[in-house]
Amino acid sequence: MKKIPIWLWQVTLLVMIFVVWHLLTAPDLIPPIWFDNENRAAFFFGEPLKIFSTIWVWFSGGEIYEHLWITLVETILAFAIGTILGLVVGLWLGLSNTASVLLDPYVKAANAMPRVILAPIFMVWFGLGIWSKVALGVTLVFFIVFFNVYQGVKEVSPVVLNNARMLGASATQLLRYVYLPSATSWVFSSLHTSVGMAFVGAVVGEYLGSAKGVGYLIHQAEGTFDINSVFAGILVLTVFALLLDYLVTLAENRLLKWRPQQSKTETT
Amino acid sequence: MNTFQPTAHSLSLDQVSVTFSGATGGYTAVKNTSLSIGEGEFVSVVGPTGCGKSTLLNVAAGLLQHSSGSVKVFGEPLRGLNRQAGYMFQAESLMPWRSTLANVTAGLQFRGVPAEEAHERGQQWLARVGLSGFEDRYPHQLSGGMRKRAALAQMLILDPKILLMDEPFSALDIQTRQLMENELLQLWEADKKSVLFITHDLEEAISLSDRVVVLSAGPETHPIGEFTIDLPRPRDVAEIRMTPRFLELHEQIWHVMKEEVLKGYAQTRNKLSA
Repeated sequence: MKKIPIWLWQVTLLVMIFVVWHLLTAPDLIPPIWFDNENRAAFFFGEPLKIFSTIWVWFSGGEIYEHLWITLVETILAFAIGTILGLVVGLWLGLSNTASVLLDPYVKAANAMPRVILAPIFMVWFGLGIWSKVALGVTLVFFIVFFNVYQGVKEVSPVVLNNARMLGASATQLLRYVYLPSATSWVFSSLHTSVGMAFVGAVVGEYLGSAKGVGYLIHQAEGTFDINSVFAGILVLTVFALLLDYLVTLAENRLLKWRPQQSKTETT
Repeated sequence: MNTFQPTAHSLSLDQVSVTFSGATGGYTAVKNTSLSIGEGEFVSVVGPTGCGKSTLLNVAAGLLQHSSGSVKVFGEPLRGLNRQAGYMFQAESLMPWRSTLANVTAGLQFRGVPAEEAHERGQQWLARVGLSGFEDRYPHQLSGGMRKRAALAQMLILDPKILLMDEPFSALDIQTRQLMENELLQLWEADKKSVLFITHDLEEAISLSDRVVVLSAGPETHPIGEFTIDLPRPRDVAEIRMTPRFLELHEQIWHVMKEEVLKGYAQTRNKLSA
């Protein structure tokens, strides 16, 4: 007997979740278990069929693309700016003992602070457009990249470093050919988290105040108690996040091909 | 006409001491050590583990500043890194994010050699160390022995006058190790460089060298014996071990070394039990 592939199980599970969801929320289908009104369950939890039709309308009508695009742009900008800042500051503090000793408590404080709280300030500074969302995403991405680069610089193998020096590398060459590649490998290893954080920054920023973006769509729907649209927005965001994550995996495989992989053995 | 100059030393350490400052007071790893290597001479330094052999080598490389004494390279006092020397490390020293070829040509790149020329010379050196066809592999895709060959090519491509080698083959299995030792001897005989070879393996030291220097157990390591190895060259490191002269030399040197090894062992044990 051939083994059923795991993805089939995964799809079955997904379908089952939606079926159960549908059974429990559709009015008139089965008598209400918890609520005293037939329509209550649908009001609180939405109905899968209506959610799908909302998504269908969004995509067939083309309304969603602009919002998705805005969210994507915010995510990419937040990721790019946050990564570059984190890389530069991480290299600087990693290489300069004085700077890292001096700034250590400030870095810790800034990282410990719940940065979502900054969103209103960014809105005052950068307005309701994309830049306030980008700024929020940057504060989230920055620290992930920064700590990884810092660690990466601190953990460059002293043997590799001394070897490069004996081969004649100058201080700038050490930075360019030893510290930077070592640090970027740490950045890439945190790519999933930082792209995820850029996305969170964008959506949360939109949710707190904007005129465009998927976060804005969800916020609008919530304002009119349109629970189906809220769930539709969440589903779209989830699929979108999965796609981003997949792209990151592709990029990672290309960029980190020098990294040892766990060797796989074939079983027959 | 006698053109031979016995005073022509490529590397000479004179009364060198190295003291590390620490929380519990200074630790003198090397004390009043003098050691000279003639041009084209292969000198091995043997001693018990943890006796400061690597410290000595790092001083010669300029990676470590000595506390007193003087270090001269071709008669000139050493300032900063030793630019005449290539260094082969005991641990993995290849840059893991670079392919074999890029690793081998790294030194050329640092010196600003045009990429094309570097590429060509890199290929030649890969061929000389038997790594043709592996230029695009990353270090983790090579075996331990191949990584050592790559490190050897990486060092030799710069044509250093002095080779500093810190137990370079100690992590290899015995067969690979003898292969590498023979290859090293061949490369060295083709183009006699001065070699300072650090090892804890007396057989390796005798089979490779012109001269073997025995260090005392640490701390305050200093040379306690020096032996000229008059075995004929070219040598095969596996075969030469069977010759009576080798065994004779081995016995002589081991006689001096044994006490120090036991001393070093006792110290390590005391440290562990303390």
